[in-house]
Amino acid sequence: MTISRDSIVDWIKAFAVAIEANKDYLTDLDSAIGDADHGANMHRGMQAAVGKLPTVADKDIGTILKTVGMTLVATVGGASGPLYGTLFMQLGTSTAGKMELSLSDWTAAVEAALGGVVARGKAAVGEKTMVDALTPALEALKAAAGGDILAALKASAAAAAAGRDSTIPLVARKGRASYVGERSAGHQDPGATSSHLLLQTAADTLR
Amino acid sequence: MKKLINKAEDVVPEALAGMAAAHADMIKVFTNPNYIVRADGPIQGKVGVISGGGSGHEPMHGGFVGMGMLDAACPGAVFTSPTPDQMLEATKAVNGGAGVLHIVKNYTGDVMNFEMAADLAKAEGIEVAAVVTNDDVAVKDSLYTAGRRGVGVTVIAEKMTGAAAEQRRSLKDVAAVCQKVNDLGRTMGMALTSCTVPHAGKPTFDLPEDEMEIGIGIHGEPGRKRMKLASAHEIVEMMAAAVVEDLPYKSGDEVLAFVNGMGGTPLIELYLIYNELENYLKGKGIKITRRLIGSYITSLEMAGCSLTLVKLDDELTKLWDAPVKTPGLRWGA
Repeated sequence: MTISRDSIVDWIKAFAVAIEANKDYLTDLDSAIGDADHGANMHRGMQAAVGKLPTVADKDIGTILKTVGMTLVATVGGASGPLYGTLFMQLGTSTAGKMELSLSDWTAAVEAALGGVVARGKAAVGEKTMVDALTPALEALKAAAGGDILAALKASAAAAAAGRDSTIPLVARKGRASYVGERSAGHQDPGATSSHLLLQTAADTLR
Repeated sequence: MKKLINKAEDVVPEALAGMAAAHADMIKVFTNPNYIVRADGPIQGKVGVISGGGSGHEPMHGGFVGMGMLDAACPGAVFTSPTPDQMLEATKAVNGGAGVLHIVKNYTGDVMNFEMAADLAKAEGIEVAAVVTNDDVAVKDSLYTAGRRGVGVTVIAEKMTGAAAEQRRSLKDVAAVCQKVNDLGRTMGMALTSCTVPHAGKPTFDLPEDEMEIGIGIHGEPGRKRMKLASAHEIVEMMAAAVVEDLPYKSGDEVLAFVNGMGGTPLIELYLIYNELENYLKGKGIKITRRLIGSYITSLEMAGCSLTLVKLDDELTKLWDAPVKTPGLRWGA
């Protein structure tokens, strides 16, 4: 079984829907330790990305994902724009020319995406960022190599959820949340939360 | 939420339209992507100086576009960094062949978006340098944070850097002036109230009536410490001590003192604070030779203030005194 191009398009739409449904929740999380704009910014960006989909839906997966990334860079702003923009652009570069993805293609793409996020944001695991959700998700995909794609996607979403929850006791060391220092402990990281939505919707839609 | 707005999502474009209409003699406003440039630019042979950041800090940065200060400003959504396409277009628009300096406040989003824009501009053959301001002494341990935030000193750096560019100095020299101002400047801020981002609709943090937040930044984020409200005398003593000890500023130093309102504090209180600050510094043997008092780098309707000191020498004093003509700051022209 492979991941089809059409399901990649469905995934982008599902992520946009999930962001919209969680817009206020993400902003609430952000106002506790950041600047209260994560939900609104991601919503604006994903609406723009969905708006671009009709122009690229008949292209290869790489083009679709790169277009989403470039749209996010130009519309989101803040730290999320360059970070999610880089994530999608790296997914796109890794899948350039492909019309379907195997599990190893998808794993390689997620690895490139995480690498791009780390290079742009210079964060490591344990610093209360989206890296805390993405890293275990990638590890779960690698552990599932050679197995069933749907099971691997589910495992990566579950690992992202655990990674998201792991940010709650952490003291932020990157981004605006780092400025509240010890007071950031006890709050769930909004970036890790939206990153889990990304992988959860991937598990729900990629086929 | 009680605000003088039409729709939350239209606040930035409608405010930009108002600025364009009010100050057509000094600035031009472009949309999609949004940026503000000097009406008489680009100026051949002059380094272009641009800055940008989230909206909600007015008059910074758009109000500082004009002769003797910024060549362009890139306003993002409220409290959200602008995007690289804005800085790229602004960089191209102000490039007079002598290169372009980006003045970036040290906030994760601003730094990342400006870096992406600088990469794109360099790919188009424009020489770009960047100086990141990071004057906020409230952020102590930079190993475990995103580093000190760029706050009050940014206003002073934009003024002095713009004056240096006006003298047709090289990109390297203009960047060095900006770096020098940042290196000699320190700031501490505090809030009496939170503020409400229009699209969020409710205050960014809760602050009880009898408490204050010390060490706030300018994006409505909470600070380092919450305390019972104190007298202006005690507040200035606490904030000024943190600033003075950090550089440190020493007896015999001449400084520019910048008492900044966060948006919701009246000038009467800022002058009272200035008086406290001057008395405090006098006691330390530090002499204020230049000053700026008013709301120049704000956090929407937040009540509170920030105190910035910049150690002056002849060069910086002359750059401060040089003529400036912008919507937000104007003298000698």
